[in-house]
Amino acid sequence: MKELRDPKAIRRLLGDIGEKARLLPRPPRIMEVCGTHTMALFRHGLTPLLAEAGVEMVSGPGCPVCITPAGIHEAAISLVTEKEGLTLATFGDMTRVPTRKGSLQTAVPAPGSRLKIVYSPEEALEEARREPSRQVVFFGAGFETTIPAIAFTAKRAAAEGLGNFSVLPALWLIPPALRAILEAGEIAVSGFLYPGHVSAIIGAEPYEFVARDHGLPGAIAGFEPGDILLAVRSVLEQAAAGTPRVALEYSRAMRAGGNPVARALMEEVFEPFDAAWRGLGTIPASGLRFRERFAGFDATPKFGLARPGSAGRDLPGCRCGDVLRGVIRPEGCRLFGTKCLPDSPLGPCMVSYEGACLIHFKYGRTRRSSP
Amino acid sequence: MCLAVPAKITRLEDSGQGTVDYMGSEVKANFSLVPQARLGDWVIIHAGFAISLLDEGEARETLQLFKEMGAASRR
Amino acid sequence: MKKVSLELGSGGRLMRDFIAGTILPSFGNPVLDELSDASHLPGGIAFTTDSYVVDPLFFPGGDIGRLAVNGTVNDLVVAGAEPKFLSLAFILEEGLDLNVLGRVIRSIRAAARTANVRIVTGDTKVVRRGQGDKIYINTAGIGRSIARPRVRKIRPGDKVILTGTLGDHSLAVMLARGDFGLSSSVRSDCAPLLFLLPLWKKGALWMRDVTRGGLATVLCELAERLRYPILVEEDKVPLSRPVLAASELLGIDPFYMACEGKAVVIAPKAQVGEFLRLIRNHPLGRKAAVIGEVQDRVGKPGELLLQTATGGLRLLEPLTSELLPRIC
Repeated sequence: MKELRDPKAIRRLLGDIGEKARLLPRPPRIMEVCGTHTMALFRHGLTPLLAEAGVEMVSGPGCPVCITPAGIHEAAISLVTEKEGLTLATFGDMTRVPTRKGSLQTAVPAPGSRLKIVYSPEEALEEARREPSRQVVFFGAGFETTIPAIAFTAKRAAAEGLGNFSVLPALWLIPPALRAILEAGEIAVSGFLYPGHVSAIIGAEPYEFVARDHGLPGAIAGFEPGDILLAVRSVLEQAAAGTPRVALEYSRAMRAGGNPVARALMEEVFEPFDAAWRGLGTIPASGLRFRERFAGFDATPKFGLARPGSAGRDLPGCRCGDVLRGVIRPEGCRLFGTKCLPDSPLGPCMVSYEGACLIHFKYGRTRRSSP
Repeated sequence: MCLAVPAKITRLEDSGQGTVDYMGSEVKANFSLVPQARLGDWVIIHAGFAISLLDEGEARETLQLFKEMGAASRR
Repeated sequence: MKKVSLELGSGGRLMRDFIAGTILPSFGNPVLDELSDASHLPGGIAFTTDSYVVDPLFFPGGDIGRLAVNGTVNDLVVAGAEPKFLSLAFILEEGLDLNVLGRVIRSIRAAARTANVRIVTGDTKVVRRGQGDKIYINTAGIGRSIARPRVRKIRPGDKVILTGTLGDHSLAVMLARGDFGLSSSVRSDCAPLLFLLPLWKKGALWMRDVTRGGLATVLCELAERLRYPILVEEDKVPLSRPVLAASELLGIDPFYMACEGKAVVIAPKAQVGEFLRLIRNHPLGRKAAVIGEVQDRVGKPGELLLQTATGGLRLLEPLTSELLPRIC
């Protein structure tokens, strides 16, 4: 896919984008709601290039690290530091968040316990099979891209009767979060980039309310620089034509109908509930929890952990919530760059590699684009 | 939350387990979410699971589009 | 932080803070304060030490023994010294298979021969089962000073040469642990960098081997000492296919992945061609490339900047915490 990173093609697209941005009555502000988009924009240096073309990119609540309440991070830490002979398997993303109990990465495990970084939940299942006398807890954090895989793993554990395996769930749904922030009415964006791989699971339909009820354009975007720019261009075209819709700009990897098999699995194992998102409060039907049938694989009751939905307390003055909603830019928080710094983060948006505040902080120190 | 890559299926067992080739590296993969996948198909791999099939026609079109944009002279 | 965490040894910010906040104030003297890879002492001697802890002990392309020799040899080379002698100290865990120890010792012997150094003193200790992770090795190295790095002479136009591909060692060890269901042909690049020694007399300004913390950390540390920013071009940085694949799949940035046989060399502008030829002449330097330069067109002093392959620009920072695979 090197062609999607070709600098000439990128420059050409940026030129198109610049022209279309100038046609709009107001400078466009586009929100992406996926940590991987935030990272891709940063990693390739696209945000300043888009800013030069007249488009401001804003990060919404798409960072699983940022929106998982401190209480759930603390529950994960307590498992590995207080229970003996336990393996806490986790994706690397979740390990750096500082809580009042430190972070998973710096936590000192209880005797016989350990933290295991995994790429796939299957690795956690394999360990549970290999060591029947060990408790293996998988810290199941993610959005719809990852939830089917976690559902599959839990269902497999059930089928094999692996009583030593369980999942600490931190499962979040994007469309309800979009709905909540749009209904709060504070947001001022011109359109959205929808997460391409979440969409591979849920399809295009769940975003249609954004165009239909709020008149905002949007495009489902892939993650190569070229994919992102194609989607941005589509959003601007829709805005100029006054025809908001959900454009499919990632058709090679997702179908309009999503992945029904994956969705069926999610629905079989999990049910929606009103979850508390860090910084955003409780959002109706925005989280997933285990259905009764699979409750035996839920680490929360199994280990007597705090119930999901306990949001934990953020530090006074922390405005990650407003940043996640796109209401303010990181600079709008008084703590940003003063007390809240990459080396001493006070809120999740400064901790996470794809947190809006951390990335803004790094950008703020970068000079103009390429010589 | 969307880190995923396109890869080609090199082994596919009835159990739904198998492997893909990604840029010359072999990766264990679970194909249970894409039961319609066949050996040799391209899939999108996330956290060790294939979540979607790659539409090779669409992929070719996209690559072609970018090849043309890359070759076009600057305005 | 009240207890030692694994983070402290990872080469990131926590370790740097520990050195700056605890080690230097306790022992600080002009030689130590320079924090170079090896210290030049009166009498034309350079001295260095390093300890080796790796899991698993054996991995494609190397083992703990080979690391213990080459790591210390390379610290001397990049500080401007010709490696001559090593000390070798073992801390062994009770119950370690003697065959395993034998393999490690044979590997050390072979590596020492290749690197032209002699093991002249050493020690062996054994700790109770469960109180050590099979083998810990410390090597101290003595070399003959032949030059000193001259950071203050570095000017805009001087180039950054990277002697080969990034991250092979880091990935080889990661995969040898059986992690992540990923297998590839990657091998550790563990090797002595002796072929860089002649560059010192030819005017090399600064060198560092790209170990823990990766290229970004190493160049950030240099940038902090310069009056001019360093600009690296992403599409010039050599990467092997296995590392490229693993980095895209796992979300690990190759700019932070450790090597054990690669170095960055700052070459004076006028000598880049000559340096590159010399390095590429050697089998270990075939993939060497000019990856960037010290310049004053973009950025501020102290900054390490990356011109991305797509034409964007961003800041590279030192590694702050362990590199981990992501889903995001």
